[in-house]
Amino acid sequence: MTHWLSMGGYWPYLWPSYLLTLLVVVLNIFFARRSLREARAEVRRRLQMQRSET
Amino acid sequence: MSAPEPVSALKAGSMLVRRDLRLALRRPGEWLQPLVFFLVVTTLFPLATNPELSRLRDMAPAALWVAALLSSLLALELLFREDGQDGTLEQLAVSGLPLAWLLLAKTCVHWLLTGLPLVLVAPLAATALGAPYASIPGVLAALLLGSVALSLIGAVGAGLTLGLRRGGVLLALLVLPLAVPVLIFGARATALAIALEPMAAPMYLLAAIAVLSATLAPLAAAAAVRISLE
Amino acid sequence: MNWVWFHKLGSPPHFYRLAGKMLPWFAWPALLLCVGGTYGGLVLAPADYQQGDGFRILYVHAPAAWLSVMVYSAMAVYAAVGLIWRINVAHALAASCAAIGASFTVVALVTGSLWGRPMWGTYWEWDPRLTSELVLLFLYLGYMGLRSAIDDTARADRASAVLAIVGAVNVPIIHYSVTWWNSLHQAPSVMKFGKPTMPASMLIPLLMMLLGFTLYFVAIMLVRARGEVLRRERNAHWIAAAAEET
Repeated sequence: MTHWLSMGGYWPYLWPSYLLTLLVVVLNIFFARRSLREARAEVRRRLQMQRSET
Repeated sequence: MSAPEPVSALKAGSMLVRRDLRLALRRPGEWLQPLVFFLVVTTLFPLATNPELSRLRDMAPAALWVAALLSSLLALELLFREDGQDGTLEQLAVSGLPLAWLLLAKTCVHWLLTGLPLVLVAPLAATALGAPYASIPGVLAALLLGSVALSLIGAVGAGLTLGLRRGGVLLALLVLPLAVPVLIFGARATALAIALEPMAAPMYLLAAIAVLSATLAPLAAAAAVRISLE
Repeated sequence: MNWVWFHKLGSPPHFYRLAGKMLPWFAWPALLLCVGGTYGGLVLAPADYQQGDGFRILYVHAPAAWLSVMVYSAMAVYAAVGLIWRINVAHALAASCAAIGASFTVVALVTGSLWGRPMWGTYWEWDPRLTSELVLLFLYLGYMGLRSAIDDTARADRASAVLAIVGAVNVPIIHYSVTWWNSLHQAPSVMKFGKPTMPASMLIPLLMMLLGFTLYFVAIMLVRARGEVLRRERNAHWIAAAAEET
């Protein structure tokens, strides 16, 4: 197992690469979903304001 | 009041050129600033390293082109600002005449006032950076083509950022990546010229970019200006 | 040819619903392919003859680089469609591409640099591919900067569309000029990876990762695009129902 983790000595380059990629993958998912949530919330707010005006 | 008689695109273009030149010459100081900036930046390079001419010669193409690029970016502020603010651009856009052609005319004047002086002063700057006298025609030719391309490409950026606050930095960010090929071929041509070697290859590529810019950039700039004026 | 489907896609409520329904069909296969590809790349593929286990960075670097270029192209196409046919959904799709494209360009640069370090000794060489990626990053940042500088969404959509198209036309020119420049100076370029001579055990995980990341991009884009479409439909009746979902 440690042999595999050491990746023939290249581990300081390989694992940070994979971890960075994973991080960016996760962050993109998070921010995309948040963007949609915020868009929906904004619509709800606006509709509420319109209803309370009429 | 009778309707003005229709004017051909060619006539309109030349009227616009004459008007722009007249307006610019009323405020010469403004138009000299990019030139001074070019000289200042060129001076910074030897100050930042080694004043030995033989060493400077290696850096000369880079210094000349970076200075020219930055100076042309600054000068772009002057292209559409006044006419954008006082409504002239809007008049041009609704005039029924081809906007791309009119903007090409404006860009030509702009280049005459900001790009051409740079090219004329370049021999001075180049020699100060160690370039041999025999290299000057080559240096001039490369900067001539390059400055034309830069003005045209810059016009697109200026159209997109018309009227935006703090548009200057954004303009630089938009234009610089697009200017990379001009920089690469231009600097290479200049380096070959300074080394007194044949410089045909990069010059052909630079010329190709200049021609491509002259045909396509005004169209993109016209689209950009129309969008910005809506 | 029946173009009804094209016009329906341009209808915001239809697109909103469709994007929501299609999402799992992209997200789950993406997950499976990426997990499978990662396992294949890290465990199953044999070590490279020259580069040893170091070559395995390819399995994240290649998809990131592929994404950076493909997403920009997609963005430019959506932008052009939005500009020419004045379709808001297309503008929404273009806007949804920028963040993911830029972030994966950064991944491509960092992984490329990390790959280069053991291979040619320094973290950065002005290798033509990495330099082109860097200029591409600047193009993305310019696009995002222009969008954020313009308050009016319609103007922002159309101005950034022009910029995306101009950028797309320039990308091949920039790439050519950078490659040309690099060849003059014979800087080392280690990125030439012998693809035709790659055995299946190395190639299959790579293809899985490339496809998986592509599907992942579509999934992310669909999520973002739904929000962007909502933002552009200020007063339409259908958004009331859409907003009630969570």
